[in-house]
Amino acid sequence: MKTVEEIEAAIEAAVPGAGVEIVSNPSVSLQHSLRLAPSHAFAVATFLRDDAELSLDFLSNATGVDWPEKEIAEKVKVTRTVTKTVEGVEQQVEETVEETKKRVVPGCLEAVYHLFSVAKGHGPVVIRMKTANRTDQVNLPSLTPVWRSAEFQEREIFDLFGIVFTGHPDLRRLLMWDEFKDHPMRRDYVEPDDFEYEPTAHDEVLKRAEAHRARLAAATPVQEGAGA
Amino acid sequence: MADDGLKIELGKQGVFVTTIEELYNWGRRSSIWPMQFGLACCAIEMIATTMARYDLARFGAEVFRPSPRQADLMIISGTVTKKMAPQVVRLYNQMAEPKYVIAMGACAISGGPFKQGYNVLKGIDRYIPVDVHIPGCPPRPEALLQAFITLQKKIDGQHLTGEGRPRHLDAEAQGEFPVPVPGEHDLEPTSNPGVWPVPITIR
Repeated sequence: MKTVEEIEAAIEAAVPGAGVEIVSNPSVSLQHSLRLAPSHAFAVATFLRDDAELSLDFLSNATGVDWPEKEIAEKVKVTRTVTKTVEGVEQQVEETVEETKKRVVPGCLEAVYHLFSVAKGHGPVVIRMKTANRTDQVNLPSLTPVWRSAEFQEREIFDLFGIVFTGHPDLRRLLMWDEFKDHPMRRDYVEPDDFEYEPTAHDEVLKRAEAHRARLAAATPVQEGAGA
Repeated sequence: MADDGLKIELGKQGVFVTTIEELYNWGRRSSIWPMQFGLACCAIEMIATTMARYDLARFGAEVFRPSPRQADLMIISGTVTKKMAPQVVRLYNQMAEPKYVIAMGACAISGGPFKQGYNVLKGIDRYIPVDVHIPGCPPRPEALLQAFITLQKKIDGQHLTGEGRPRHLDAEAQGEFPVPVPGEHDLEPTSNPGVWPVPITIR
């Protein structure tokens, strides 16, 4: 099979300006992936499926990844000029100081597709797409028209991660009920507080049960002197 | 008729003595028809229980009814997801009295291995009264048979009048159980306090 670089070159040749980016995987598996620009993703996907040499006709798996907003603290060496008194003489001295700088990496949602070729017997080719953010711009093009097997999996991603696939023929929740508002697989999902009764001897669970009781006690004020 | 010895003695002489209560309970316990529905892997064990090797027919419970109107027993066989729970309660409401419930397996009695999940109900006893709980993941057919025997003993022990009489003989008893509504974050309400008062843990 072609390497990721070759596939990327083939895509660029077939779909000009596709903006495909190689995401390398430094782990043992060396399973590098291609990040598609959502604007060209549909054309690229069609090419991957229809290209005679690649003919990636089978989508085996589609899933989502949640990347929450992350604050990264980095130590940066900064050189600045300081006025100092050296040996009784006031001098301008250059000094190198380590400073901690914080930068915020914006969060996003990502859809990942694993493609194989049944005809050629090769794969997987991993393609992914990123949304602009995690709140209001969560649209990605649906690949269901290209690979029919994406239909339920994209519905599941929509259900659990909240990515809205434009062009999907029937985008409804798959596992949770229609009235449900949350997306349970997101990192910041808050579970319902139903820890009324936890006989489980797991510390984490017992802590949450304790917190539940404390919240209940705070919500219902003790009726003191009610009988007086 | 408390004297069992006398009864046996009379029986030897060809005299059959009984009470209405005994006869009534014998009839009730000997033809418990379960409802034909399964929720997850426990249902496979339930099916095995009905087949020749374990033979549920020995207990008069072989007739699985596909309609709640004709069933006496609901075997909650498997994981009750929060999406499925309203339907289970609705089916229970549609069953005619007298009706019984066996919660089969870890999931049905507490949520089991999926207890901390966002989508699984922590035990069906939060919404409907359960007569027999069987632990196990899944329980073996023998365990389900044990549950049947336990249920039969429970029926046999019931008096038709006074405190603790069966629900269908009690005009005041609650016959219909509120069906939970799927809400924005969880089922509403999360439990029926009339059926499931929060248990107190004593350590």
